[in-house]
Amino acid sequence: MTNPNALLHRRDVVNELLRDRGDILVIAGLGAPNWDVSAAGDHANNFPLWGAMGAATMMGLGLALAQPKRKVLVITGDGEMLMSIGALATVAVEKPANLTIAVLDNERFGETGMQKTHTASGVDLAGIALAAGIRTSRTVRTMEQVREIRDLAHQGKGTVFALVKINPEALVFTLPPADGVILTTRFRQSVLGDEALYN
Amino acid sequence: MAETTAKPNPASPPLPSWPDDVYRILKEAGVRQVGMVPDAGHSRLIRAFDADPETRLVTLTTEEEGVAMLAGAWLGGQRGVLLLQSSGVGNCINMLSLPAICHMPLLMLVTMRGDWGEFNPWQIPMGQGTQASLEAMGVIVTRADTPDDVAPTVWGAANLAFNTWRPAAVLIGQRVLGAKNFKELARK
Repeated sequence: MTNPNALLHRRDVVNELLRDRGDILVIAGLGAPNWDVSAAGDHANNFPLWGAMGAATMMGLGLALAQPKRKVLVITGDGEMLMSIGALATVAVEKPANLTIAVLDNERFGETGMQKTHTASGVDLAGIALAAGIRTSRTVRTMEQVREIRDLAHQGKGTVFALVKINPEALVFTLPPADGVILTTRFRQSVLGDEALYN
Repeated sequence: MAETTAKPNPASPPLPSWPDDVYRILKEAGVRQVGMVPDAGHSRLIRAFDADPETRLVTLTTEEEGVAMLAGAWLGGQRGVLLLQSSGVGNCINMLSLPAICHMPLLMLVTMRGDWGEFNPWQIPMGQGTQASLEAMGVIVTRADTPDDVAPTVWGAANLAFNTWRPAAVLIGQRVLGAKNFKELARK
Protein backbone atom coordinates (compact mmCIF):
# COMPACT_ATOMS: atom_id res chain seq x y z
CA MET A 1 0.00 0.00 0.00
CA THR A 2 1.30 3.43 -0.84
CA ASN A 3 1.97 5.88 1.92
CA PRO A 4 -0.21 8.95 1.43
CA ASN A 5 2.47 11.06 3.12
CA ALA A 6 5.27 9.85 0.86
CA LEU A 7 6.99 12.58 -1.14
CA LEU A 8 6.39 12.59 -4.88
CA HIS A 9 9.03 11.38 -7.29
CA ARG A 10 10.31 14.19 -9.49
CA ARG A 11 10.28 12.25 -12.76
CA ASP A 12 6.69 11.07 -12.14
CA VAL A 13 5.74 14.72 -11.58
CA VAL A 14 7.44 15.95 -14.74
CA ASN A 15 6.09 13.06 -16.84
CA GLU A 16 2.59 13.99 -15.70
CA LEU A 17 3.08 17.74 -16.30
CA LEU A 18 4.25 16.92 -19.86
CA ARG A 19 1.67 14.17 -20.60
CA ASP A 20 0.04 14.79 -24.00
CA ARG A 21 2.09 17.96 -24.16
CA GLY A 22 0.62 19.22 -27.41
CA ASP A 23 2.32 22.44 -28.43
CA ILE A 24 3.18 23.65 -24.91
CA LEU A 25 6.54 25.44 -24.63
CA VAL A 26 8.85 24.45 -21.78
CA ILE A 27 11.69 26.28 -20.04
CA ALA A 28 13.65 24.02 -17.68
CA GLY A 29 15.82 25.48 -14.93
CA LEU A 30 19.42 24.36 -14.62
CA GLY A 31 20.32 21.13 -12.85
CA ALA A 32 17.95 18.28 -12.12
CA PRO A 33 14.82 19.93 -13.62
CA ASN A 34 16.72 20.06 -16.94
CA TRP A 35 17.51 16.32 -16.67
CA ASP A 36 13.92 15.55 -15.61
CA VAL A 37 12.41 17.39 -18.57
CA SER A 38 14.91 15.72 -20.90
CA ALA A 39 14.14 12.29 -19.41
CA ALA A 40 10.49 12.86 -20.29
CA GLY A 41 11.62 13.23 -23.90
CA ASP A 42 13.97 15.64 -25.62
CA HIS A 43 11.86 18.02 -27.69
CA ALA A 44 12.41 21.07 -29.89
CA ASN A 45 9.85 22.96 -27.76
CA ASN A 46 12.02 22.52 -24.66
CA PHE A 47 14.59 25.09 -23.66
CA PRO A 48 16.66 23.33 -20.99
CA LEU A 49 19.09 25.64 -19.20
CA TRP A 50 22.62 24.50 -18.40
CA GLY A 51 23.57 27.71 -16.61
CA ALA A 52 22.30 31.25 -16.00
CA MET A 53 20.84 30.30 -12.62
CA GLY A 54 17.78 32.41 -11.92
CA ALA A 55 16.82 32.79 -15.59
CA ALA A 56 14.00 30.26 -15.90
CA THR A 57 11.00 32.25 -14.65
CA MET A 58 11.87 35.46 -16.49
CA MET A 59 12.59 33.56 -19.69
CA GLY A 60 9.14 32.08 -19.29
CA LEU A 61 7.68 35.56 -18.92
CA GLY A 62 9.42 36.96 -22.01
CA LEU A 63 8.35 33.93 -24.02
CA ALA A 64 4.76 34.06 -22.74
CA LEU A 65 4.48 37.76 -23.67
CA ALA A 66 5.97 37.11 -27.12
CA GLN A 67 3.69 34.11 -27.80
CA PRO A 68 0.36 34.96 -26.13
CA LYS A 69 -1.47 32.18 -28.02
CA ARG A 70 0.88 29.45 -26.80
CA LYS A 71 1.07 27.99 -23.31
CA VAL A 72 4.38 28.29 -21.47
CA LEU A 73 5.48 26.00 -18.64
CA VAL A 74 8.53 26.75 -16.50
CA ILE A 75 9.85 23.73 -14.60
CA THR A 76 12.60 24.61 -12.17
CA GLY A 77 14.01 23.85 -8.75
CA ASP A 78 13.67 25.52 -5.36
CA GLY A 79 17.28 26.78 -5.37
CA GLU A 80 16.88 28.34 -8.81
CA MET A 81 13.57 29.93 -7.85
CA LEU A 82 15.01 31.35 -4.63
CA MET A 83 17.80 33.01 -6.63
CA SER A 84 15.25 34.89 -8.75
CA ILE A 85 12.57 35.42 -6.14
CA GLY A 86 11.96 38.97 -7.36
CA ALA A 87 10.82 37.48 -10.66
CA LEU A 88 7.67 36.28 -8.87
CA ALA A 89 6.83 39.92 -8.17
CA THR A 90 7.51 40.90 -11.77
CA VAL A 91 5.40 38.02 -13.12
CA ALA A 92 2.60 38.85 -10.67
CA VAL A 93 2.49 42.42 -11.99
CA GLU A 94 2.48 41.35 -15.65
CA LYS A 95 -0.13 38.59 -15.12
CA PRO A 96 0.53 36.50 -18.24
CA ALA A 97 -2.49 34.18 -18.58
CA ASN A 98 -0.43 31.59 -20.47
CA LEU A 99 2.38 31.05 -17.94
CA THR A 100 2.67 28.28 -15.36
CA ILE A 101 5.65 28.01 -13.02
CA ALA A 102 6.19 24.60 -11.42
CA VAL A 103 8.92 24.44 -8.80
CA LEU A 104 10.21 20.97 -7.94
CA ASP A 105 11.02 21.47 -4.27
CA ASN A 106 13.35 18.89 -2.75
CA GLU A 107 14.54 21.48 -0.21
CA ARG A 108 18.08 20.87 -1.42
CA PHE A 109 20.79 22.20 -3.72
CA GLY A 110 20.93 18.85 -5.51
CA GLU A 111 23.86 19.40 -7.86
CA THR A 112 26.30 20.55 -5.21
CA GLY A 113 25.97 17.95 -2.49
CA MET A 114 22.35 18.13 -1.30
CA GLN A 115 22.85 21.11 1.00
CA LYS A 116 19.60 22.44 2.44
CA THR A 117 17.90 25.39 0.74
CA HIS A 118 15.78 27.99 2.53
CA THR A 119 12.62 25.94 1.87
CA ALA A 120 14.00 23.26 4.20
CA SER A 121 13.80 25.85 6.98
CA GLY A 122 10.21 26.74 6.22
CA VAL A 123 10.45 29.49 3.60
CA ASP A 124 7.15 29.08 1.74
CA LEU A 125 7.57 29.83 -1.96
CA ALA A 126 3.87 29.23 -2.68
CA GLY A 127 3.00 31.72 0.03
CA ILE A 128 5.45 34.23 -1.41
CA ALA A 129 3.98 33.80 -4.92
CA LEU A 130 0.47 34.27 -3.54
CA ALA A 131 1.47 37.33 -1.54
CA ALA A 132 3.13 38.76 -4.65
CA GLY A 133 -0.21 38.53 -6.40
CA ILE A 134 -0.23 35.22 -8.27
CA ARG A 135 -3.72 34.18 -7.16
CA THR A 136 -3.48 30.57 -8.30
CA SER A 137 -0.61 29.44 -6.14
CA ARG A 138 -0.59 25.96 -4.65
CA THR A 139 1.55 23.60 -2.66
CA VAL A 140 1.29 20.21 -4.34
CA ARG A 141 1.79 16.92 -2.51
CA THR A 142 -0.22 14.36 -4.52
CA MET A 143 -0.27 13.18 -8.12
CA GLU A 144 -3.93 14.20 -8.30
CA GLN A 145 -2.86 17.77 -7.56
CA VAL A 146 -0.09 17.46 -10.17
CA ARG A 147 -2.74 16.49 -12.74
CA GLU A 148 -4.70 19.63 -11.85
CA ILE A 149 -1.61 21.77 -12.41
CA ARG A 150 -0.97 20.01 -15.72
CA ASP A 151 -4.52 20.81 -16.83
CA LEU A 152 -4.30 24.43 -15.65
CA ALA A 153 -1.03 24.85 -17.57
CA HIS A 154 -2.66 23.62 -20.75
CA GLN A 155 -5.77 25.77 -20.25
CA GLY A 156 -3.78 28.98 -19.88
CA LYS A 157 -6.47 30.95 -18.09
CA GLY A 158 -4.23 32.76 -15.68
CA THR A 159 -0.76 32.70 -14.19
CA VAL A 160 -0.23 29.57 -12.10
CA PHE A 161 2.44 28.87 -9.50
CA ALA A 162 2.89 25.35 -8.10
CA LEU A 163 5.33 24.33 -5.41
CA VAL A 164 5.63 20.56 -5.80
CA LYS A 165 7.15 18.85 -2.79
CA ILE A 166 9.41 16.04 -4.04
CA ASN A 167 11.70 13.35 -2.72
CA PRO A 168 15.36 14.49 -2.51
CA GLU A 169 16.50 11.55 -4.65
CA ALA A 170 19.54 11.70 -6.92
CA LEU A 171 18.78 10.14 -10.30
CA VAL A 172 20.73 9.28 -13.41
CA PHE A 173 21.26 12.36 -15.59
CA THR A 174 19.48 12.50 -18.93
CA LEU A 175 21.24 15.16 -20.95
CA PRO A 176 19.74 17.26 -23.75
CA PRO A 177 21.97 19.04 -26.30
CA ALA A 178 24.40 21.30 -24.40
CA ASP A 179 25.13 23.84 -27.11
CA GLY A 180 23.17 27.04 -26.66
CA VAL A 181 22.99 27.79 -30.37
CA ILE A 182 21.51 24.35 -31.12
CA LEU A 183 18.92 24.74 -28.35
CA THR A 184 18.04 28.28 -29.43
CA THR A 185 17.87 27.57 -33.13
CA ARG A 186 15.79 24.42 -32.93
CA PHE A 187 13.38 26.07 -30.49
CA ARG A 188 12.94 29.14 -32.69
CA GLN A 189 12.61 27.05 -35.83
CA SER A 190 9.94 24.93 -34.15
CA VAL A 191 7.96 27.92 -32.82
CA LEU A 192 8.51 30.44 -35.60
CA GLY A 193 9.10 28.22 -38.61
CA ASP A 194 11.99 28.15 -41.05
CA GLU A 195 11.79 31.94 -41.29
CA ALA A 196 13.63 32.03 -37.95
CA LEU A 197 16.77 30.73 -39.69
CA TYR A 198 16.91 33.78 -41.92
CA ASN A 199 16.42 36.38 -39.17
CA MET B 1 20.04 82.70 -0.13
CA ALA B 2 18.32 80.78 -2.91
CA GLU B 3 18.53 82.29 -6.34
CA THR B 4 15.22 82.85 -8.04
CA THR B 5 16.42 83.30 -11.60
CA ALA B 6 17.75 80.45 -13.65
CA LYS B 7 21.30 80.85 -14.71
CA PRO B 8 23.21 78.69 -17.16
CA ASN B 9 24.53 75.59 -15.45
CA PRO B 10 27.04 73.46 -17.31
CA ALA B 11 25.69 70.42 -15.48
CA SER B 12 22.14 70.95 -16.80
CA PRO B 13 22.02 70.93 -20.61
CA PRO B 14 18.87 72.13 -22.37
CA LEU B 15 15.97 69.68 -22.75
CA PRO B 16 17.40 66.99 -25.00
CA SER B 17 15.77 65.59 -28.11
CA TRP B 18 17.85 62.42 -28.26
CA PRO B 19 15.36 60.27 -26.31
CA ASP B 20 12.78 60.87 -29.06
CA ASP B 21 15.31 59.88 -31.71
CA VAL B 22 16.22 56.76 -29.73
CA TYR B 23 12.53 55.85 -29.39
CA ARG B 24 12.09 56.14 -33.17
CA ILE B 25 15.19 54.02 -33.85
CA LEU B 26 14.07 51.32 -31.43
CA LYS B 27 10.61 51.25 -33.02
CA GLU B 28 12.17 50.92 -36.47
CA ALA B 29 14.35 48.10 -35.11
CA GLY B 30 11.17 46.23 -34.15
CA VAL B 31 11.47 46.44 -30.38
CA ARG B 32 8.34 45.02 -28.70
CA GLN B 33 9.46 44.31 -25.12
CA VAL B 34 11.17 46.88 -22.91
CA GLY B 35 12.62 45.73 -19.61
CA MET B 36 13.81 48.39 -17.24
CA VAL B 37 14.91 49.44 -13.82
CA PRO B 38 14.29 53.16 -14.08
CA ASP B 39 16.91 55.86 -14.28
CA ALA B 40 16.27 59.58 -14.56
CA GLY B 41 18.27 59.63 -17.79
CA HIS B 42 15.83 57.16 -19.34
CA SER B 43 12.64 58.80 -18.05
CA ARG B 44 11.58 60.40 -21.34
CA LEU B 45 12.17 57.17 -23.27
CA ILE B 46 10.28 55.19 -20.63
CA ARG B 47 7.31 57.57 -20.92
CA ALA B 48 7.31 57.13 -24.70
CA PHE B 49 7.22 53.33 -24.42
CA ASP B 50 4.65 53.47 -21.64
CA ALA B 51 2.31 55.36 -23.98
CA ASP B 52 2.92 52.91 -26.84
CA PRO B 53 0.30 50.13 -27.02
CA GLU B 54 2.53 48.04 -29.31
CA THR B 55 5.27 47.77 -26.70
CA ARG B 56 5.24 45.87 -23.42
CA LEU B 57 7.03 47.89 -20.76
CA VAL B 58 8.09 45.64 -17.87
CA THR B 59 9.45 47.05 -14.63
CA LEU B 60 12.02 44.65 -13.17
CA THR B 61 13.05 44.11 -9.57
CA THR B 62 16.67 43.71 -10.70
CA GLU B 63 18.34 44.16 -14.06
CA GLU B 64 19.34 40.54 -14.71
CA GLU B 65 15.64 39.70 -14.89
CA GLY B 66 15.60 41.71 -18.09
CA VAL B 67 18.47 39.76 -19.65
CA ALA B 68 16.52 36.54 -19.09
CA MET B 69 13.19 38.07 -20.16
CA LEU B 70 14.61 39.27 -23.46
CA ALA B 71 16.16 35.84 -24.06
CA GLY B 72 12.67 34.38 -23.67
CA ALA B 73 11.25 37.07 -25.94
CA TRP B 74 13.81 36.15 -28.60
CA LEU B 75 12.83 32.47 -28.33
CA GLY B 76 9.28 33.60 -29.01
CA GLY B 77 10.24 35.83 -31.94
CA GLN B 78 10.19 39.25 -30.33
CA ARG B 79 12.95 41.82 -30.05
CA GLY B 80 13.50 43.91 -26.97
CA VAL B 81 15.67 46.41 -25.20
CA LEU B 82 16.95 46.64 -21.63
CA LEU B 83 17.11 50.12 -20.06
CA LEU B 84 19.31 50.35 -17.00
CA GLN B 85 21.76 52.45 -15.04
CA SER B 86 25.44 51.54 -14.93
CA SER B 87 25.07 50.22 -11.38
CA GLY B 88 22.64 47.64 -12.74
CA VAL B 89 25.22 46.27 -15.15
CA GLY B 90 26.88 44.66 -12.16
CA ASN B 91 23.69 42.77 -11.39
CA CYS B 92 23.66 41.26 -14.89
CA ILE B 93 27.06 39.64 -15.10
CA ASN B 94 26.35 35.90 -14.81
CA MET B 95 23.03 36.24 -16.66
CA LEU B 96 24.96 37.60 -19.64
CA SER B 97 26.16 34.00 -20.14
CA LEU B 98 22.76 33.34 -21.68
CA PRO B 99 22.89 35.62 -24.75
CA ALA B 100 26.64 34.97 -25.07
CA ILE B 101 26.44 31.17 -25.28
CA CYS B 102 23.16 31.11 -27.21
CA HIS B 103 24.10 33.81 -29.73
CA MET B 104 21.01 35.80 -28.91
CA PRO B 105 20.66 39.52 -29.57
CA LEU B 106 20.57 41.70 -26.47
CA LEU B 107 20.45 45.48 -26.69
CA MET B 108 21.27 47.31 -23.46
CA LEU B 109 21.04 51.09 -23.11
CA VAL B 110 23.05 52.05 -20.04
CA THR B 111 22.90 55.50 -18.51
CA MET B 112 26.16 56.20 -16.72
CA ARG B 113 26.87 57.15 -13.14
CA GLY B 114 30.30 57.32 -11.57
CA ASP B 115 31.43 59.11 -14.69
CA TRP B 116 31.82 62.74 -15.81
CA GLY B 117 31.04 65.16 -12.97
CA GLU B 118 29.92 62.54 -10.45
CA PHE B 119 29.42 63.87 -6.92
CA ASN B 120 28.53 60.62 -5.13
CA PRO B 121 31.64 58.58 -4.31
CA TRP B 122 29.58 55.38 -3.95
CA GLN B 123 28.80 55.46 -7.68
CA ILE B 124 32.46 55.39 -8.71
CA PRO B 125 33.40 51.69 -8.37
CA MET B 126 30.63 50.29 -10.57
CA GLY B 127 30.60 53.28 -12.91
CA GLN B 128 34.31 52.94 -13.60
CA GLY B 129 33.94 49.15 -13.88
CA THR B 130 30.93 49.13 -16.19
CA GLN B 131 32.63 48.92 -19.57
CA ALA B 132 35.25 46.39 -18.44
CA SER B 133 32.56 44.18 -16.85
CA LEU B 134 30.46 44.13 -19.99
CA GLU B 135 33.44 43.47 -22.21
CA ALA B 136 34.63 40.68 -19.92
CA MET B 137 31.30 38.95 -20.63
CA GLY B 138 31.54 39.38 -24.38
CA VAL B 139 29.21 42.34 -24.77
CA ILE B 140 30.10 44.76 -27.59
CA VAL B 141 30.29 48.20 -25.96
CA THR B 142 29.97 51.60 -27.62
CA ARG B 143 29.75 54.98 -25.91
CA ALA B 144 27.97 58.26 -26.55
CA ASP B 145 29.29 61.34 -24.77
CA THR B 146 27.47 64.10 -26.64
CA PRO B 147 23.70 64.41 -27.19
CA ASP B 148 24.13 64.31 -30.96
CA ASP B 149 26.02 61.05 -30.74
CA VAL B 150 23.37 59.08 -28.79
CA ALA B 151 20.97 58.25 -31.63
CA PRO B 152 23.58 57.11 -34.16
CA THR B 153 25.33 55.05 -31.49
CA VAL B 154 22.04 53.36 -30.54
CA TRP B 155 21.28 52.76 -34.22
CA GLY B 156 24.64 51.09 -34.68
CA ALA B 157 24.31 48.94 -31.55
CA ALA B 158 20.77 47.86 -32.49
CA ASN B 159 22.03 46.73 -35.89
CA LEU B 160 24.93 44.87 -34.30
CA ALA B 161 22.66 43.13 -31.80
CA PHE B 162 19.84 42.15 -34.11
CA ASN B 163 21.83 41.43 -37.28
CA THR B 164 24.78 39.60 -35.75
CA TRP B 165 22.87 38.01 -32.83
CA ARG B 166 25.15 39.29 -30.08
CA PRO B 167 24.77 41.27 -26.88
CA ALA B 168 25.56 44.96 -27.43
CA ALA B 169 25.48 47.85 -24.98
CA VAL B 170 25.45 51.61 -25.42
CA LEU B 171 26.88 53.61 -22.55
CA ILE B 172 25.28 57.05 -22.42
CA GLY B 173 27.78 59.23 -20.61
CA GLN B 174 26.99 61.50 -17.72
CA ARG B 175 28.15 64.41 -19.87
CA VAL B 176 25.03 63.80 -22.00
CA LEU B 177 22.73 63.36 -19.04
CA GLY B 178 24.01 66.11 -16.77
CA ALA B 179 25.57 65.40 -13.41
CA LYS B 180 23.33 65.43 -10.36
CA ASN B 181 24.45 67.30 -7.29
CA PHE B 182 22.66 66.27 -4.13
CA LYS B 183 24.64 68.86 -2.18
CA GLU B 184 22.88 71.60 -4.10
CA LEU B 185 19.54 69.83 -3.59
CA ALA B 186 20.24 69.50 0.12
CA ARG B 187 20.66 73.28 0.41
CA LYS B 188 17.30 74.06 -1.18
